[in-house]
This record gives sequence, C-alpha cells and structure tokens, in this order.
Amino acid sequence: MAKQIRIALRNCGVIDPERIEDYIARDGYMALASVLTDLSPEAVIEILKKSGLRGRGGGGFPAGIKWEITRNVVADQKYVVCNADEGDPGAFMDRSILEGDPHVVLEAMTINGYCTGASRGLIYIRAEYPLAVERLKTAMGQSRSMGLLGENILGTGFNFDIDIRYGAGAFVCGEETALIHSMEGLRGEPTVKPPFPSVEGYLKKPTNVNNVETFANIPIIINKGWKWFSSIGTEKSKGTKVFALAGKINNVGLIEVPMGTTLREVIYEIGGGIQYGKAFKAAQTGGPSGGCLTVKHLDTPIDYDNLIAAGSMMGSGGLIVMDEDDCMVAIAKFYLEFTVEESCGKCSPCRIGNKRLFELLEKITQGNGTMDDIDKLRNLGTVIKETSLCGLGQSSPNPVLSTIDNFPEEYHEHVTGKKCRSKVCKSLMQYLVVADKCIGCTLCARNCPVDAISGERKQVHFIDQSKCIKCGACMDKCKFNAIIIN
Amino acid sequence: MAKIKLSDKKLQELKDVCKSFNNEKGELINVLHKAQSIFGYLPAEVQEVIAKELNASVAHVYGVVTFYSFFTMIPKGQHPISICLGTACYVRGAEKVLEEFRRQLKIQVGETTADGKFSLSCLRCVGACGLAPVVMVGEKVYGRVSPDGVQDILSEYNN
Ligand SMILES: Cc1cc2nc3c(=O)[nH]c(=O)nc-3n(C[C@H](O)[C@H](O)[C@H](O)COP(=O)(O)O)c2cc1C
Ligand code: SF4
Ligand code: SF4
Repeated sequence: MAKQIRIALRNCGVIDPERIEDYIARDGYMALASVLTDLSPEAVIEILKKSGLRGRGGGGFPAGIKWEITRNVVADQKYVVCNADEGDPGAFMDRSILEGDPHVVLEAMTINGYCTGASRGLIYIRAEYPLAVERLKTAMGQSRSMGLLGENILGTGFNFDIDIRYGAGAFVCGEETALIHSMEGLRGEPTVKPPFPSVEGYLKKPTNVNNVETFANIPIIINKGWKWFSSIGTEKSKGTKVFALAGKINNVGLIEVPMGTTLREVIYEIGGGIQYGKAFKAAQTGGPSGGCLTVKHLDTPIDYDNLIAAGSMMGSGGLIVMDEDDCMVAIAKFYLEFTVEESCGKCSPCRIGNKRLFELLEKITQGNGTMDDIDKLRNLGTVIKETSLCGLGQSSPNPVLSTIDNFPEEYHEHVTGKKCRSKVCKSLMQYLVVADKCIGCTLCARNCPVDAISGERKQVHFIDQSKCIKCGACMDKCKFNAIIIN
Repeated sequence: MAKIKLSDKKLQELKDVCKSFNNEKGELINVLHKAQSIFGYLPAEVQEVIAKELNASVAHVYGVVTFYSFFTMIPKGQHPISICLGTACYVRGAEKVLEEFRRQLKIQVGETTADGKFSLSCLRCVGACGLAPVVMVGEKVYGRVSPDGVQDILSEYNN
C-alpha cells in the first residue's frame, strides 16, 4: 500500500524466520559487523542520537540518549533488556516482529551491549507468546553457532549472550521497573524513578531497557545512516510507527506508516474505511493509557507530541477504531475495568481511585448518575494522574478524561436523559414488541432465557420489563423486525 | 484447606526443576511456570515445596503466585476455555459470547464445571485481533465467534 513504509517490519513475512541465512541475505548482521569492526560505541550512539529514534514502547524517550546514559555509568556488570511484554490489549506489533524477524532483535541487543558495555541481554516476553519464544530460541542457537552471539563475537573479542525471561500475565510488568522486579523473581511492582534502570536496574546494575520495535529499527539505521532515517517522519518524531489496526474497520491488521501520517489516511486509505459503511466515531490509541481521537483529529499528523496534545498518547501502537454503535461511556468503563484489574495495588491513588472511577462510570451506565458525578470523574481522574507512583496510574484516567472532553453530550444523555444513543448500556434500554409487526409466531417467547415474553400464538406478544435481562435474543430471533430497542 | 497428597514422581520432578535453576530464589517465576505445567495448577502444597527448595518463605512464594494472573491455585478443566476480552474482541461483541458460555456451562469466570470438563477464564488479547472475537479451547483458537456458535464449540468436546 502506497502510504506504508516498512522499516521495523521489513523482513516480516518476507524471510523464513527460522533460517538465519534468509536474514543475512537481507543485510542481517551487517550492522553488527560494521559496529564491532569499524565504529566506537560513542560513534554508534552519535548515529542514534542524530537519527532521532525515540522509544516505541510508549514513552518515546530518545534511544541514543538512553544508551549514552547507560554507557556513562561505571559498573562491573551491565544488562540489556528487551521489553517484549506487550500488554496493551489489542496490540500485537512486537509479537509479529519476534515471530517474523527474531534475529533483528538479537542483532540490535548485541549492538546495544557493545555500546553500553553490557555482556548480558535478557528478553522479557509474555508467556502467551509461545511461538515467539520458540523462534527466538531457534534464532539464538543459530547465531551462537555462527559466532554472532556468545563468546568472541565475529572474532573481535566482544562477548555478549542473551537469555529469555517469562512474564506471567501482569500488565504492569511492561513498566520497566516492574519488569525488572519480575525478572528478579519478585512481585512485579514498580518502584519510584529515579533511579532509572539505566543507572540502577536488574540486580541493581545499570540496565538499558528498550522495546522490541525500538530494537528492530537499530540495524537498518546503522546500515542506511541517520540521515536517511531522520528524513522520514515529522520534526520531533522520526521514522515510522507500527500500528495494530483493529475494531470496526474493514482492513484489520498491522500497518507501518511514517510518523506524521494522519488518522484519515490510516482509517480510510489503509484501513479501507469503517465496516458496513457506518460513521466513524473515535479511535483509541495508547490502549488503556491513552485517549480517543475524534472526527476533529482526523487530519492531525500522528506523532508523539500531537497525540499528547490531543489528550491521548502513542502507546505501543494499538489503534482501535470505533463507530456510531460504540458508547463512549461504556468504552471508558471497559478500560477502567482493565486498569482496576491490573493495578498492582502498591499506591492508593491508583488502587482505590481507579476503583472509584469505575464505580462512578458504572453508576452512570446504569442510569443512576448525576451531573455531579461527571465533575467527580474529572476531579478524581486529575488527582490520580498527578499522584500515582507509576505510569499505569499516571495514565489510567486518560480514557475517562478524554471521552468526557470529546463526548460530553453522551455523558449528559446518560445522566439527564437516561439514554444511551448507541444502545450499548443495557440498563438504559427497553426491548419492546411493535404491535403491528408482531404476527404472534412465538419464536421470541421460546428463545427468551428468562421467560419474560408472554402472548398466545397469532397474538401480539408482550415483554415483561421487570423480568427482561436485556440479552437481545428475542430481537435476534424475530424474523419480522417486530422487536425494537427503545 | 484439605491437604492434597502429591505423587512421589511429580514431587521428584518438581525438585529436579528447582535444581535445574540452581535452587535460586531469583528464578522463582521460571520455577512456577514449570511447576504449573507439571501439576496443572499451584496448590498450597506445591508452593510449600518450592519455598523450601528455593530457600524462600512460603509467604514470598504465595505473594508471587497471587500477583500474576497466569498462575492459578484452582485446577483448570480438562478443556480450559479462554475468552479474549481484549479491546478488539470487546468491540466486536466478546462480552455476549462470554455470557453465552457462562449460561450454557452454568459457571462463572475462574470456575470449573462440576464434572471437571470445562473451565472458564478471560484473556487479554492473544494477538489475533483480526479474528475478533476470539475464543480458545485448550490450544485451539476459534475466530469470529458469535453467541450462536457457542453451542457448536462446546459440542465438539461434549462426548
Ligand atoms: C503500565 C505500563 C505498561 C507498559 N507496557 C509496556 C510494554 O508492554 N512494552 C514496552 O515495550 N513498554 C511498555 N511500557 C514502557 C516501559 O516502561 C519502557 O518505557 C519501555 O520499555 C522503554 O523502551 P523504549 O524506550 O524503547 O520504548 C509500559 C509502561 C507502563 C507505565
Ligand atoms: S500507579 Fe498503580 S500500578 Fe503503578 S505502582 Fe501505583 S498501584 Fe501499582
Ligand atoms: S431481551 Fe432477552 S430477556 Fe428480554 S425479552 Fe428479549 S429474550 Fe427475553
């Protein structure tokens, strides 16, 4: 597709990920060779700094600067960590890279080891990705046997080896300090930064943590030069970003676009538009930490800074598209439910505050909300953002705050009109039989799981609202469109 | 809690696992992963053995087990059913599918049917968002599942 450029994904689906020869044939390990033989660590770091590459794991911290900080700390042992936890529900970019091009991650981590002075690398990967683990193990075996990993790499005397560590299903472990504690065999609870991992990380040693996609950009930057890389993208966000397009869009899947591409291009040109010709309502970026972009953001170039200005964030690259059938209050509640479940519980603003946010949203979706509750959501959300210990709590109110900002009318309708325009919030709906369409076939009554429908054969049926659990079975079954939602 | 007797063979296997990680406390999570694949779950008895082998307190092991959602102290069903409630699946109606499973199996999320056949759990994104909503039964993935398809899936395992 015209608008896409493949940098991080350049080998995915093109090479056989289980054959190192395929990777080498596409310039694989060429960057490592030139780094080890021709370039000083400082020179490599300089290239990265000039390239403008920023972390793809969410924070967007400049990669070159992180490498330099880690390099400048004096220690007897340092570590390189690849963050492959990918916890954002709806995102699978990192998985595709690990499964489709595992060597690129190994090569980049080794280069990182050379630059920072680390001799050990660790890949922290979620347990839900068994194929990626297999591919990584295969790749590690191959590169070791070819002298590209392990002792005396390429005969240069440089030693570097990589181990795999498994996640165990905790979203917060994607946060780098929590990730480090998890690798140490502890509960994955974050700690206050500073000290940053680059200064004091795994086993208290300097640890350079980068995301999978960040690493996937490194070798090609070295091969093609920083000028090439920095010519792509916007002023402060260089290169490309991989997004996992999902939701109510025709073409779901991974895309890689230059930074600065607009949401309109992503949705309508690459994504093929909204399913069933419905109207676009919002797109959520940054997963549970992000916010929603709306019609008014369709022509905003997507980059780190613009997304933050719009009340969202880049996140790891999940991009969920919502249409007119999605209720924004319910969406906010969905994300909050996730946060409440995933909060590690260490600090009270996040542990208790998010629970209260969730309860307020529940109250509103059940039709019991007041205007005061909307103010409470806003105030509490702001406090949680300002006072939480880690990035999870600091960003968890974003879905609520951004939906209130962008769709105030939907909140108002739920509260004052007791109405959900998207017909999602069950408590605000009534299933009704339309008398002049009902022919009395009894199909609905037979399918109602709670026997809420009464009526004789060939007579208009009736739904007892006090019994109805709003499952929608009757409406799905009725062949005469005689059941409607009010 | 009723005491469970661990078979000698599995017990030995567990001790060997601990040894293969040099009985290091820092390897606790790796040990728990292996232990769960041996026993299917992590009852208190297993945690006690691990604590002893790794020279950690039982409270520490329990603290780690309960922190991570991947670890369970309840035995899974013969056919564990997991429903993805990731955003893409949610937007495409996964909640209705979950409801249908709950209704047909008469169990809640996190429970196992009385006959030990099915257990029900939720997942956060298996990375197959293109197939949303996604259901997994054991290792098998079902894509674009609708509430109507639930019956068919269950009947595959029901004889
Ligand atoms: C709650 C939370 C979850 C995170 N999850 C991930 C993740 O799944 N993958 C990731 O690479 N970074 C994640 N991060 C960001 C990491 O803390 C860290 O910034 C990143 O791994 C650094 O790499 P980068 O600079 O290459 O992006 C998360 C942060 C927070 C606060
Ligand atoms: S903000 Fe939430 S996830 Fe982060 S440390 Fe506090 S309780 Fe834990
Ligand atoms: S929505 Fe469900 S519970 Fe309500 S009347 Fe229809 S079938 Fe019965």
